Amino acid sequence: MLLLQIDTALIIEKVILISVILMGSLGIAMYATWGERKVAAVMQDRIGPNRAGPFGLLQPLADGLKLFFKEEIIPDRSTRFIFILGPCLAMLTALMTSAIVPWGPDYVTDSGRVISFQVADISIGILFVFGVVSLGVYGVMLGGWASNNKFSLLSSIRAASQAISYELAMGISLIALLMLTGSLSLREIVTQQHGFWNDGYFSWNFFKQPVGFVIFLTCAFAELNRAPFDLPECESELNMGYHQEYSSMKLGFYLFAEYINMFVSSAIIVTLFFGGYNFPFMDQVQHATLAHPILFTIICILALLTKVVLMILFFMFVRWTLPRFRYDQLMKLGWRSLIPIALVNMLVTGVLILWVFKK
Amino acid sequence: MQKLTNRAVQIDRSPMTFGERIYLPSLAKGLGITLGHIFKKKATTSYPEEKRPFSPVFRGLHILNRDENGAERCTACGLCALACPAEAITMEAAERKPGEEHLYREEKYAAKYEINMLRCIFCGYCEEACPKDAIYLTETIMPSNYTRASFIYKKDDLLIPDTKKQGSK
Repeated sequence: MLLLQIDTALIIEKVILISVILMGSLGIAMYATWGERKVAAVMQDRIGPNRAGPFGLLQPLADGLKLFFKEEIIPDRSTRFIFILGPCLAMLTALMTSAIVPWGPDYVTDSGRVISFQVADISIGILFVFGVVSLGVYGVMLGGWASNNKFSLLSSIRAASQAISYELAMGISLIALLMLTGSLSLREIVTQQHGFWNDGYFSWNFFKQPVGFVIFLTCAFAELNRAPFDLPECESELNMGYHQEYSSMKLGFYLFAEYINMFVSSAIIVTLFFGGYNFPFMDQVQHATLAHPILFTIICILALLTKVVLMILFFMFVRWTLPRFRYDQLMKLGWRSLIPIALVNMLVTGVLILWVFKK
Repeated sequence: MQKLTNRAVQIDRSPMTFGERIYLPSLAKGLGITLGHIFKKKATTSYPEEKRPFSPVFRGLHILNRDENGAERCTACGLCALACPAEAITMEAAERKPGEEHLYREEKYAAKYEINMLRCIFCGYCEEACPKDAIYLTETIMPSNYTRASFIYKKDDLLIPDTKKQGSK
């Protein structure tokens, strides 16, 4: 029975890692709602939530509790099964992407066992992200359609077309990056961005692909349905959009999925463009903490989390600055600006790799 | 054509330049503005802890005044009710009995005096109309409550406590 020889330690490791990541993303998403309200308040010269606990830190708990106690309404004319499936799908796909993010470097225990801080190092890492992110729009689409509400339906159509339009530019902008890295695996991409300064040049992909980064970021905003591209849920035109008919925790799942998505996509943007868990003077730090390798691992994870939090703050920062795009402007930006720029960027990168920086 | 105000601004409708069309410079400018607001003074007043000072002409809840001997000034003449644009004031007059001189200043007094605070618009006309200086608007904000009935303020609620005689309302 050779096939059934399962490494139990590995399973335990992965189960612990998965639960920590799931709980962590839920916790971070919870506090992202608090953070968003604080950021919004600070930018509008207000104070923001400050009643529940010190600095309003218990506000997310209060919000969650409120959502749980709300009456659960399923509209009479809705398609009941799909109506319930919608928010579940949104939440599921939001959490799934976190599986391939490398949260820290490998840690080698004293007994020589390698513990990986990545749930699954799959060789097609980025393709997996794209696949799952594309599935994410199903949550919105099914929810909007099953509500049997014209506004919700309109909003889900918008969400679908927006996702399709921006995925193209996103994919093309990433091709340029992949030509540089030569690998789809996120672990491989992170390892290539070791440190900060390498061989007389910045090692982070952001400095090698600034145009690609801007396109990718713009598309990430659109994929996340975040302002200025939050057309599926624009309050003023579609009053709430796809989650108009939702109440109680089903609504909470939709709202929450958005924040988890934001957290995970920040992690992926940081991994792809800002060197993941790498930080400047990494080798010196590793050398200094040689006696306690676990310390170095923790510092790496903290470096990644700091970058992710900064990225989330940037997402919020943009949301409270820019007005929403009109629908035709959104489509025009996607098809007539981002895709051509991404194509040119890909071409230029290819030419440079082929003739200028010969490998 | 003559302008109504001189605030009108001619909008520049010329086609956007390349710098405007790539959108990123103006985006950075916008982000700069919001970044600046982080360090600005907050406009919020944390209400129960800190209160903004009222204007000297602020008009809040009414009180019925007493004279220097602690007798009620109101003679139930009804001028306040007449002046009230919201018709919030109702009263019933009664005649003073012998031996009640310390309670009521003149021969007639208000046996019942009610102000419906849900109708009241706090215009202060009652205060202006009163010939006896009996009704005044204070600086107290009307507190909220759960029932409509509790917003009808009776004479007991309105009359200021007698400083001469503690314990009596």
